[in-house]
Amino acid sequence: MAERFQIAIVGSGPGGLSAAAHAAELGISHVLLEAEPHLSNTIYRYQKGKHVMDEPGILPLRSPLEFKAGTREAILGAWNDGVARLSVNVKHGHEVSKITAQPGGGFLVECANKAQMIADRVVLGIGLQGNIRKLGVPGEDLPIVQYTLDDPGAFSGETIVVVGAGDAAIENALALAKQNTVIVINRRDEFARAKEGNLRGILKAIEEGTIQCYYNTGPEKVEALNVGRKKGRLVLQTPQGRAQILIDRIIARLGASAPRGFVEGCGVKFPSKDPSAVPAISPQYESNVPGLYIVGALAGYPLIKQAMNQGYEVVEYILGRKVEPADEPLLRDRLKNVPNFRSVDAFIGDIQRNVPLLAQITPLQLREFLLDSEIHAPKPGATVFAKNDYTNTFFSIVEGEVEVVVDAAQNRRIKLKRGEFFGEMGLISGRRRAATVLAGPGAILIETPRRSMNRLIQSVEAVKREIDKVFIARALQSRFTPESPIERLNEVVESARIVQFKAGDIVFNEGDPGDCVHLIRRGSLTISRQIGGKDVVLSYVAAGNYVGEMALLGDSRRSATVRAAIASETIRVEGEAFKRLIQRDPILRARLQAEYSARTASNLAMQQMPAGGDIISFLIAQGAGEATDILLIDEALCVRCDNCEKACAETHGGTSRLDREAGPTFANVHVPTSCRHCEHPHCMKDCPPDAIHRAPNGEVYIADNCIGCGNCERNCPYGVIHLAAKPPKKPGLLSWLMFGAGPGPGEAPYDPKAGKSSEKKAVKCDMCKDLKGGPACVRACPTGAAIRIGPEEFRAYARNRS
Amino acid sequence: MAMHESIFDYSRYRYLWVSMVLSLGSIVAYLWHDPIGEPNGGSWLGYTLGTIGALLILWLLWFGIRKRSYKSRVGTMRGWLSAHVYLGTSLILIAFLHSGFQVGWNIHTLALVLMLVVIFSGFFGVYTYVRYPAIMTRNRDSATRQSLLDEIAELDAQALQLADTVDPKVHAAVLRSIERTEIGGSFITLLRPGDETDNALDQVKTFMEQRDKPAAGAPKKDMSTMFAMVDFLSAGSADAKSDALRKLLDTLARKRSLTDRITRDLQVQALMEIWLYIHVPLSMALLAALTAHVFSVFFYW
Repeated sequence: MAERFQIAIVGSGPGGLSAAAHAAELGISHVLLEAEPHLSNTIYRYQKGKHVMDEPGILPLRSPLEFKAGTREAILGAWNDGVARLSVNVKHGHEVSKITAQPGGGFLVECANKAQMIADRVVLGIGLQGNIRKLGVPGEDLPIVQYTLDDPGAFSGETIVVVGAGDAAIENALALAKQNTVIVINRRDEFARAKEGNLRGILKAIEEGTIQCYYNTGPEKVEALNVGRKKGRLVLQTPQGRAQILIDRIIARLGASAPRGFVEGCGVKFPSKDPSAVPAISPQYESNVPGLYIVGALAGYPLIKQAMNQGYEVVEYILGRKVEPADEPLLRDRLKNVPNFRSVDAFIGDIQRNVPLLAQITPLQLREFLLDSEIHAPKPGATVFAKNDYTNTFFSIVEGEVEVVVDAAQNRRIKLKRGEFFGEMGLISGRRRAATVLAGPGAILIETPRRSMNRLIQSVEAVKREIDKVFIARALQSRFTPESPIERLNEVVESARIVQFKAGDIVFNEGDPGDCVHLIRRGSLTISRQIGGKDVVLSYVAAGNYVGEMALLGDSRRSATVRAAIASETIRVEGEAFKRLIQRDPILRARLQAEYSARTASNLAMQQMPAGGDIISFLIAQGAGEATDILLIDEALCVRCDNCEKACAETHGGTSRLDREAGPTFANVHVPTSCRHCEHPHCMKDCPPDAIHRAPNGEVYIADNCIGCGNCERNCPYGVIHLAAKPPKKPGLLSWLMFGAGPGPGEAPYDPKAGKSSEKKAVKCDMCKDLKGGPACVRACPTGAAIRIGPEEFRAYARNRS
Repeated sequence: MAMHESIFDYSRYRYLWVSMVLSLGSIVAYLWHDPIGEPNGGSWLGYTLGTIGALLILWLLWFGIRKRSYKSRVGTMRGWLSAHVYLGTSLILIAFLHSGFQVGWNIHTLALVLMLVVIFSGFFGVYTYVRYPAIMTRNRDSATRQSLLDEIAELDAQALQLADTVDPKVHAAVLRSIERTEIGGSFITLLRPGDETDNALDQVKTFMEQRDKPAAGAPKKDMSTMFAMVDFLSAGSADAKSDALRKLLDTLARKRSLTDRITRDLQVQALMEIWLYIHVPLSMALLAALTAHVFSVFFYW
């Protein structure tokens, strides 16, 4: 008979650990199941001495366990002490494989090691990292088999087998091969999953013989040896038969199994297929399976403190107690400026009644949503945001109304009323605001940051549908018929749908029949023609513009090929519906024709100087297609004085955020390693404290609440973010000049280690947003080689240089 | 819109115009002025031009401070350099007009000479700034200096491995060449670089020739000490060895071209910086001489 517990907690991360500690503290029968031999595997795997931060600082901690910012060791130590002190019932080595609801209530929890137990309630706190895949053969848990590698330099002169064919395995193998004999075991006949650079590296190492590789080979068993010079033996199954290697160590990098499959296997539903979607949970953290609770990163709360609070609260909820959520005082504080504020719950009720878009989400999501958001009650006539601002927040109207200035010259305005929303264009296209919005009487607005809004869109299908519908109508109206009412467009809007393209995908080909118009809603496209058997780029079209109207106005066939420069989305409007719209609307027709002839002329001009097209192609190949502002250096002018880097370091706490020398060059145009302030910044993708923002002028910057996790550094495809500690302060100009005190302006610190602390934060270019007069790199360039330009200028730039 | 603008056409030649107006104004005043006796620094025009010249020198020197004031919002560096070049050039004229073209063996002429050396070293700097960047880009061919160095290190390793399979003597020659390969160094070595790889290449080539015609008489005397003839006649190993030798030659040749490129790169960079070692210290000397000049004029007058 399986043991029975009141609460079974799966996973000993911050959430699970805190829940178990609270249960232990209250004397409730509980069990904490952890696959690894240590607690909190995700944090355990941080590098040694890493400084862990405790964002958000304003949130109070509720947990019997201690947690404050400090080194990884201090935090894990405090937790281990707490777990011992409270006698938490931890079972290590218990990887839960299956959770089934029992007919009579409660759950049957089954583990990979065949252990079983019954629990009335289950709390899932397994995070998002997933379980590390093991070798799956006898001996996989021997001490000579390891599944991580912290410091390749720690081993030398050993015979090491690396199992796996992914990037982690290759990087480990290459690093270890410097001072060890390394053998790679690949189950397949190639390294199909590896990044380009890693692939080249490993193949070269194999060719040179510095690494030996067994293809189509799998391990059969691992044995420890007590005699002889090697510590163990690995038996392999190769295509030629069985083989054995004497080894010192096995490093298996076989990836991790994403937790989603397991969670779905427990009956929990996810709202969409999107990998960032999180399961819907009640305000008491209960999933759609009654009795099964979810806390921490898996529930969409990636910060340690949030998860610990939830662990505490979930136990309280299970006991049927009512706890004021930890965020209640924060929310009250946030809402205190709302006119006629009564209580947080009442305000949430108002939102659900008044704003149909937000009525779709659970109260818990709404609380989180409000916590991330700002609540504004602007005076009538105040500017909510101005046209051409680069902000990307989303606004919902809870009360009152706002006015959108459609045409400033003629002072034409559109009113938006209670329950409507705005700001979706900036959010989706990543471009500047299309219009100024002014507050109307009695307006109460919720301003939500991009990340929270995107998470909501990904998690709640209905929200996505509604926003897309409104987006299409508004985008078409503002681009094509700003002077007539939106109803005119009904037929066109009906025919429109959103199409997605990957980078390099063809939107349409030269010579295709023209049957539709594409309005770009995110990303950008290039227009090219076949001239003399060569693809010549004629133009570059950014989000907010349209392509394909030429075929509908004049010729019936496409006169050029259109490709996605980066991953893009367009609104595709059916040709027939669009033609009827043009016929009905003479102003639109005249305007389209004017734009048409301007485009034809510019394309012709470009065709005559193919070098310009080559420059555009080069810039696009460097990822400039998703840039909003990119640093370019004319190498015919650059004297390599590095004053740009020095100026960057001097104006940014001693660390340069640009690398002038690195990066490719074409026709003397050099693209240095420097931030391009992408339309949809990759760095923002996975920032636990949501510290990366876009300023109104377009600068993507990292705020002080960065926790130094390094996700942005990994996510940036251009390598422009790195983690840096604050260097020591420099002496002033005069004391350096007169007395030689310390390093001078533009010089590197004498002892970079003096400023080295474990507290590293991510640093990147902020385009000197806090300095008047623009980026220091450009201002400091003595020869005029460095400039920053936006994508709308690429064409003129290319033409100017060819 | 933002475009690359060089220091010459900055802001539509603004400072060219400024310095031309200044120069023409000075010339006109000089021609129009009718001093007592020879034109000299003691006339009212002489004092005026002298004051303008001294202020210009102080302002030109301030460039070094402005360059290091990275947060300064007073103009851009490009504007400052453009003005620095044009106004610095017009200083030659102003100084001569100030002195009435009088020179002698005195502190005043010392200041003039220092000023001219500083200005002409600046001209050389402008010349290098115009000429060398594009050459450097072509020579680099999108590689960074570090990546070139990395590739050289890799070729060295390969060469050693190959040489090892050929002959201990070849190995020794390659190793010596690697050990002696020096990239960079003082300005003099940068401007007149030698290449150790050449020696290794020569030696390997000689070695090959020796091998190819073992019957053609006795090896040259120095070579016989260099490479003892080994047994290459067993066919299999000979083939593998000539293969390795060919590869070794390719590797060394490739390394040779890389060291050439990187040396050229450093050389060009050195040329773009070397003039500063005259320009800046002498400008400090000029400041001292100028102070002495002004002081002596007022003290002894």
